[in-house]
Amino acid sequence: MAFLELKNVCKGYGARGDRTEVLHNINLDIEQGEFVAIVGYSGAGKSTLISMIAGLILPDSGTIRLEGNLITEPGPDRGVVFQNYSLLPWKTVFGNIYLAVDQVCPTWSPSQKSDHVHRYIDMVNLTAARDKKPSELSGGMRQRVALARALAIDPQILLMDEPLGALDALTRATMQDEIVRIWEQARKKTVVLITNDVDEGILMADRIIPLSHGPKATLGPSIAVNIPRPRNRKAVNHDPDYQRIRNQVIGYLLGSGKKVRPPAAPPALRELEPVGAAL
Amino acid sequence: MNRYLDLINVGKSFPKKGGGEAIVVQDFNLTLEQGEFVCLIGHSGCGKSTVLSMVAGLSTISRGEIMLAGRKLTGPGPDRGVVFQAPCLLPWMTALKNVKLGVDQVFAKSSQAERTRIASHCLTLVGLGDSLHKKPPELSAGMKQRVGLARAFALSPQMLLLDEPFGMLDSLTRFELQQVLIDLWNEDRKTALMVTHDVDEALFLSDRIVMMTNGPAAKVGRVLQVPFARPRDRQEVLADPDYYRLREYLIEFLEEQAEPKAEKLEVAIG
Repeated sequence: MAFLELKNVCKGYGARGDRTEVLHNINLDIEQGEFVAIVGYSGAGKSTLISMIAGLILPDSGTIRLEGNLITEPGPDRGVVFQNYSLLPWKTVFGNIYLAVDQVCPTWSPSQKSDHVHRYIDMVNLTAARDKKPSELSGGMRQRVALARALAIDPQILLMDEPLGALDALTRATMQDEIVRIWEQARKKTVVLITNDVDEGILMADRIIPLSHGPKATLGPSIAVNIPRPRNRKAVNHDPDYQRIRNQVIGYLLGSGKKVRPPAAPPALRELEPVGAAL
Repeated sequence: MNRYLDLINVGKSFPKKGGGEAIVVQDFNLTLEQGEFVCLIGHSGCGKSTVLSMVAGLSTISRGEIMLAGRKLTGPGPDRGVVFQAPCLLPWMTALKNVKLGVDQVFAKSSQAERTRIASHCLTLVGLGDSLHKKPPELSAGMKQRVGLARAFALSPQMLLLDEPFGMLDSLTRFELQQVLIDLWNEDRKTALMVTHDVDEALFLSDRIVMMTNGPAAKVGRVLQVPFARPRDRQEVLADPDYYRLREYLIEFLEEQAEPKAEKLEVAIG
């Protein structure tokens, strides 16, 4: 049995009679230590999928097992990083991470907990900002705190739901490299990354799986990313594997998208002259 | 080919608080042929939107001049259709009324029925034929920007100015809207200038990509001619043997611009 196993998982929303099935027959096996990226459109059901693995919502049918145990509720074996960071605004960087450690390791002494928190603050390069509050931090820094908090509880699996979606392109690229570095430092924990960015998936993950357009979204072919690490976002462009994987994933996603082919303009409309054009 | 738009030694600066001036764009030179689709790429804050808003006539030109269809540009006008990053729709009006608002101004001599027909036709072209009477809060981000495109095209402008129109959308919705845009553009191939920082977007849409250096005092860095035949199909373009070579070239330029702080300082001093 795989480390994380989803079997025929379906989930829908809405009242009886007016129900939309969002996810249909999701089957997924993830091995321990694997970094898997799931790429799909917004609204396709990516967050629903990760919320079910997190145990925040339950599937309508099918099963989700982590190390053979059925997932029925959230637990400290799964660390979650959300797009909106979800930090407590009145607590410092240290305080936010300490709160999680305090919950998960209640038997530790305060100094033990504090040492542990500092180790993770160092890992995400926030030592200089450890007494700052979220409002004093940039988006990238806030996401570092959320990542340190998720890793500090030493989960079996790390779930990331569009963690970089709110960042600008440059910060996003830096954070992609950072997360991979931290992941390698954290002894390659099992990771599920949800993203809408095909390049992000290919640059970061061991395996990339497209999620088709909803409703009734389902997982497409699983594609191994056998590009050697560290991966450079400029140099990968001349790697034939990168080109093949990227075109395959984009091709699948575009093929599953809704095709709206516009009708040609009636000639009468094209001949109309706008009166203001001479201004 | 006629030149349609000419930017000649264009500069933009703002007075600084303590005296002196902050130079955003300096010695910017660019010519667009009629019917050409040009993308301007660069990092956030490099001044590319400033160039676009000067061409739109929404921002004054500090130095140099802009010639549009042989005349010196002095202000905004309906000959240029602008699409902004935020769709800027009026939230209390339906999609149809949002588009018709501009149509009523520009096609003032046409009948009411004709103007409604123009607006609804353009919304149908962007795939919103079923959502004519929905208001912005009922539309997704991608649908709102489709209304933004319809509104610009409905005015039959001579030129299109697009300021990162898909910047707020996720990368897959962006692919969809790029297709909608290029299909609309293909109908009559109006001259278009688009600002973006997405290299795939620039390669798919444009005839030429103008790379801007990082500010302050940003100018044209390099220019790339895009060789793909039109009309373009995404998967064919991606499969083109040149695609990833050109993509790497563009990313390389952007990475060079992102890095050295020292170089920026030199520019500021020089």
